[in-house]
Amino acid sequence: MEMKDFIKNLVEQFDEVELEALTPETKFKEFDEFSSLTILSIIAMADDEYGVRLKADDVRQAETVQDLFDTVQSRIQG
Amino acid sequence: MSYNPFSLQGKKVLVTGAGSGIGRAIAVAASKMGASIVMVDISKEGLEQTGALLDHPEYQHQQYVVDLTDSEAIGALVESLDGLDGLVNNAGIPNTRPLQMIREEDFDRVVGLNTKAPVLLTNLLYKKKKLNKGASIVFTSSLAGLYTFTPANGLYSLSKSALTSYAKSCAVEFAARGIRSNCVNPSMVNTHLKDSLSFSEEEYQKDIEKYPLRRYAEPEEVANAVIFLLSDAASYITGHTLLVDGGRSLK
Ligand SMILES: NC(=O)c1ccc[n+]([C@@H]2O[C@H](COP(=O)([O-])OP(=O)(O)OC[C@H]3O[C@@H](n4cnc5c(N)ncnc54)[C@H](O)[C@@H]3O)[C@@H](O)[C@H]2O)c1
Repeated sequence: MEMKDFIKNLVEQFDEVELEALTPETKFKEFDEFSSLTILSIIAMADDEYGVRLKADDVRQAETVQDLFDTVQSRIQG
Repeated sequence: MSYNPFSLQGKKVLVTGAGSGIGRAIAVAASKMGASIVMVDISKEGLEQTGALLDHPEYQHQQYVVDLTDSEAIGALVESLDGLDGLVNNAGIPNTRPLQMIREEDFDRVVGLNTKAPVLLTNLLYKKKKLNKGASIVFTSSLAGLYTFTPANGLYSLSKSALTSYAKSCAVEFAARGIRSNCVNPSMVNTHLKDSLSFSEEEYQKDIEKYPLRRYAEPEEVANAVIFLLSDAASYITGHTLLVDGGRSLK
């Protein structure tokens, strides 16, 4: 799992956010458009792209892109 | 016995999704009202737990472990049944994908259980004359797709609004044998299904404010509405959509 691809997948779940605006340090929940619908989109993306079933709380608990990346990576089946 | 038009004494009632939540509450309540119950669910464990809760064990309530998305299994189930006075199509699953994230497999899974399965089961039971004259069919539909359209609930809403319309078609066609068909449309009910919806505690609290009664339903409260529709107290009610929503649709 590559951070570069993860960021590409993540940015697709936003309408107004540009690719360049997302780095591992970005606090993605601080974007204005972030909503409960974004959480559900991210959950679906993690399932589709990585076969990982996140819970809404996993997304809520992640502060930065890196946190979310780490959560997904730790759950990828060997 | 004293006058009680809500009694299900002597009736045989099939309940799908009887292994948990609303289906379990329906099976329990119907047994208390005197019915013998045919419980259907994919979960053997769930069925056993429900079985242990039923009243009147002397009626020899039956349990069938069936995956209702398997049409051959539905066929085999129908073959082994007879003489039903009530049919409660209740099994169903949620889905919380935003529309743009819905895959074909999601569509097939959700519509397969929530819509296709009750249609196939009901049609086949009718065709094979396994429903007695004057039987009552009840569908557990939902307020979603009828009054409430919330984000990331589109696939579920679609599956349930199709079911609501099918219940009315049954009312029209199956009246030929005096069979009634209705649905109950609950809003949020305290079950596994509700707990799986990934709301935060804060979001649940905000949602509950949209309910005049200021709480979600308990499964038993939906079950009682189903009991009414199954019973002779509802003998002139068919094609109806009974909201069990604590007033949610008014807000
Ligand atoms: N809980 C709510 O807020 C709510 C609101 C409105 C409508 N509903 C509807 O009520 C019905 C019952 O839901 P619940 O809340 O009791 O959920 P639940 O998850 O507690 O129970 C659903 C039952 O269906 C069974 N099931 C799942 N897949 C199956 C399959 N392929 N074949 C056979 N059985 C299967 C499960 O094993 C489970 O026992 C559903 O149709 C649901 O859509 C629920």
